[in-house]
Amino acid sequence: MPLDAYEPTLFELDHAGEGRDWFPRESEEKPIEDLLPPECLAGAPPRIPDVSELEAVRHYTRLSRRNFSIDSGFYPLGSCTMKYNPKICEAMAQLPGFVDLHPEIGAEAAQGILFVMDEIARFLADLTGMQRVTMNPCAGAHGEFCGMLMVRAYHKDRKDHRQTVLVPDSAHGTNPASAAMAGFKIVEVASNTEGCVDLGDLKKKLNNDTAALMMTNPNTLGIFEKDIVEIARLAHEAGALLYYDGANLNAIAGVTRPGDMGFDVVHINLHKTFSTPHGSGGPGSGPVGVGEKLLPFLPIPVIEKKANSYTLNYEYEKSIGQLSTFFGNVGIVLRAYVYMRLHGIEGIRKNSNNAVLNARYLKSKFEKIIPPAMQGDCMHEFVLTMKNKERFGDLTAMAFAKNLLDLGFHAPTVYFPLIVKEALMIEPTETESKRTLDEFADAAAQVLKNYENDQKRVLSAPHTMPVRKLDEVKAARQPDLIFKD
Amino acid sequence: MDYIPHTPYERREMLAAAGLATENDLFRSIPAALRNPEIPFPAPMTEMEIADEMEDLARRNEGRRMASFLGGGAYRHFIPQALKSLLSRGDFVTAYTPYQAEASQGTLQSIYEFQTLMCRLTGMEAANASMYDGASALAEAALMACRLTRKEKIAVSAAANPHYCRVLNTYLVAAGIEVVEIPHDGGATCAESLKRMVDASCAGVFLQNPNYFGVVEPMDSLSAAAKEAGALLGVAVYPISLGLLKPPGAYNADIVLGDLQPLGMPLSFGGPYAGFIACKGEYIRQLPGRLAGRTTDADGKTGYVLTLQTREQHIRRAKATSNICTNQALCALAAAMYLFTMGARGLQQAAERSVRNARALQERLCGVKGVRLAFQKPFFNEFVLELPIPIEHFLAKAKEEQVAPGIRLAPGLAGEKEALLVCATELTRKADMERYAEILTKVME
Repeated sequence: MPLDAYEPTLFELDHAGEGRDWFPRESEEKPIEDLLPPECLAGAPPRIPDVSELEAVRHYTRLSRRNFSIDSGFYPLGSCTMKYNPKICEAMAQLPGFVDLHPEIGAEAAQGILFVMDEIARFLADLTGMQRVTMNPCAGAHGEFCGMLMVRAYHKDRKDHRQTVLVPDSAHGTNPASAAMAGFKIVEVASNTEGCVDLGDLKKKLNNDTAALMMTNPNTLGIFEKDIVEIARLAHEAGALLYYDGANLNAIAGVTRPGDMGFDVVHINLHKTFSTPHGSGGPGSGPVGVGEKLLPFLPIPVIEKKANSYTLNYEYEKSIGQLSTFFGNVGIVLRAYVYMRLHGIEGIRKNSNNAVLNARYLKSKFEKIIPPAMQGDCMHEFVLTMKNKERFGDLTAMAFAKNLLDLGFHAPTVYFPLIVKEALMIEPTETESKRTLDEFADAAAQVLKNYENDQKRVLSAPHTMPVRKLDEVKAARQPDLIFKD
Repeated sequence: MDYIPHTPYERREMLAAAGLATENDLFRSIPAALRNPEIPFPAPMTEMEIADEMEDLARRNEGRRMASFLGGGAYRHFIPQALKSLLSRGDFVTAYTPYQAEASQGTLQSIYEFQTLMCRLTGMEAANASMYDGASALAEAALMACRLTRKEKIAVSAAANPHYCRVLNTYLVAAGIEVVEIPHDGGATCAESLKRMVDASCAGVFLQNPNYFGVVEPMDSLSAAAKEAGALLGVAVYPISLGLLKPPGAYNADIVLGDLQPLGMPLSFGGPYAGFIACKGEYIRQLPGRLAGRTTDADGKTGYVLTLQTREQHIRRAKATSNICTNQALCALAAAMYLFTMGARGLQQAAERSVRNARALQERLCGVKGVRLAFQKPFFNEFVLELPIPIEHFLAKAKEEQVAPGIRLAPGLAGEKEALLVCATELTRKADMERYAEILTKVME
């Protein structure tokens, strides 16, 4: 079956057969109605379609081929960090001694896994310049929520009921959302023409109601906030805490540390800096590091090391409480641990170096094609703008992105950060070769050339994907969210 | 060891193209005082060395050898081989969130199918693409109930998983929402207390079925009581149980949630798992998390996109329904693969076998003198045992024999006596049940 043909859902392949036996039958069994009250029973099996194993295998194999992935091509998404995931990390996290372990087995019987969780927490603390790290949050945004809860607990503990959190207008959308979930009001801080936090605006908005300032550094424009030490001083002077969104830690890991810049709390997206696979949108892991001020408020359970054995402490007096059913996404933590041990600090530093080198190189090539949104040095990612109508006509950032799909590359991030019009955000990561970057820049130039020759075709891209441009408005206006027969 | 492809020559070439003299210049925008920190770290390893170390660490987890009777929210179920091989495909594992729909049809269609499966399993009309885990799904579902009703109080059963309840508290305290606990009476949610405690100020009543003690709750009457008080009904379910039990839609639940781990995910010491939330169709705009929708492309062909994104953090920022961004997509995919591979009959068999094994185990253990079932209520595949001896002593003996006999319940949770939550699934072996009974007999003598 050719790949661009319609792939039926498994519900359409249902042949309503009998299914097969998965477990041995026992002789002389009581009817199930003798074991469970009949009024609680469904009476009929749930409507899961009956398909053969081969049909299911072919279906999912074909679905997988309708996905772009890191293993199949270059994914220059800014702020998302799609780098290569070494296969050894996957394999090691799947050793039976890890995956078969029940979370209620007790600390004593899980010393190997607790060792890993404690070790990686220590590495991350050293790498970020924090006192201590919790591995409990299940994703970056979950880490943000955890961090903001700790900020709240800190002020409350001091009987200082601060209500506001400052967030730069260039911030990831999760920052304001996480702070709001933690019960804060959000005030936006403007960026200046260099793409950094506007110090004047910050001073105006910082006051004795400010609980925290949330920053990403390098920020979402890929620019290092050069005034960060001054910003930290201002925040602390106002009695606020400084929160570090670690989404871009991969640009500076081993080179400089948020703790040294004055940050009080840091979250880390393990998949971004330490390469755990993205899984089409999770699972991730979002450990959080804290300085001394926030130590008493860590989420439970807290792993504690005595002599050479580890225990799980649920009686942590001032804790913000529990964040997930058990201890977070341990399997993802294992992958990141293997990645860190393979690299050592030299490897991590080299990664940062090459991530920035690749971005700087690619930006220099793009400058001839599409102008950058901001002048100045970029770190591991950069933002371009296609707002110039005279130059780009009807070719929007989105249309440009769809054309790249046709040329074999995943599109960059479009329309983020929100403060840049017609934004394209590109992050090559360290694992891409010079040849790939050259080919990508050539493809970008090709799109502009094609637009000169055949506007209609370029504006109606993509043409080589399993489907052509999809009607998102229809999807939102007439939601079709489940298959109905 | 690293995964960087550049040659030294290429590196120099690239620096020159970027107008830089040395690699140090890459970081010239960082103030010098902040650069080059001393960071203690173990030396890098080769693939061979790390493999040795990880195998050694895996062996240090003594629990790996034990015959386990642990449940309490995480269950060891059979995982079909086809699922393992399909799920490890790089095109699923190393793909990104499907924002560029045309390049992500595989993931988007699989989410659409997952949503459909969750609805069919629960009897609801809409489901999201997954949450972090069962506990955070409960918390998000409770927040959803508050948004829907504009009320700021949630009632939750004391027979619900205590881990879930703790997470619920963490989330709801932050949102300024009051949580009240409906006590249980002999292992099932107390209907009288529910009627007394739940009034017009309450956004939702959240129950778990089967509950934390394994007891199958009388959902019809509890549901009626919650509705009468004007509250929404939220139910946390154990998805395997829906192979046998009535779907929550049949007793008029408004929001259904749960942990997908039993559907094809290994135990992994607590994660990654995935939560899900399903609800009535009228509530979709308050449903947190991602939704995939079916639509058409420029040629009128069927395709899929992420939709109703006006509820989400990347657009609504501080006003979003939730801050959830990355969910647990790969786990949701595993759950869908599990259901399709096993089929209705496979799911039903896994459920039925689990119930039968649990009943056989319970009868055998309660045949030991002095041991009794804590609650005289119908149970699914878990039950609470009361022992007349200090549980500490029994746990130690069992450990010597490489058996994990159950979860020790916190004092007071199941009554005055010390109690143990014991679980069986379709994978529980007769020989291990016998061994359990023998150890118990020996300890009781």
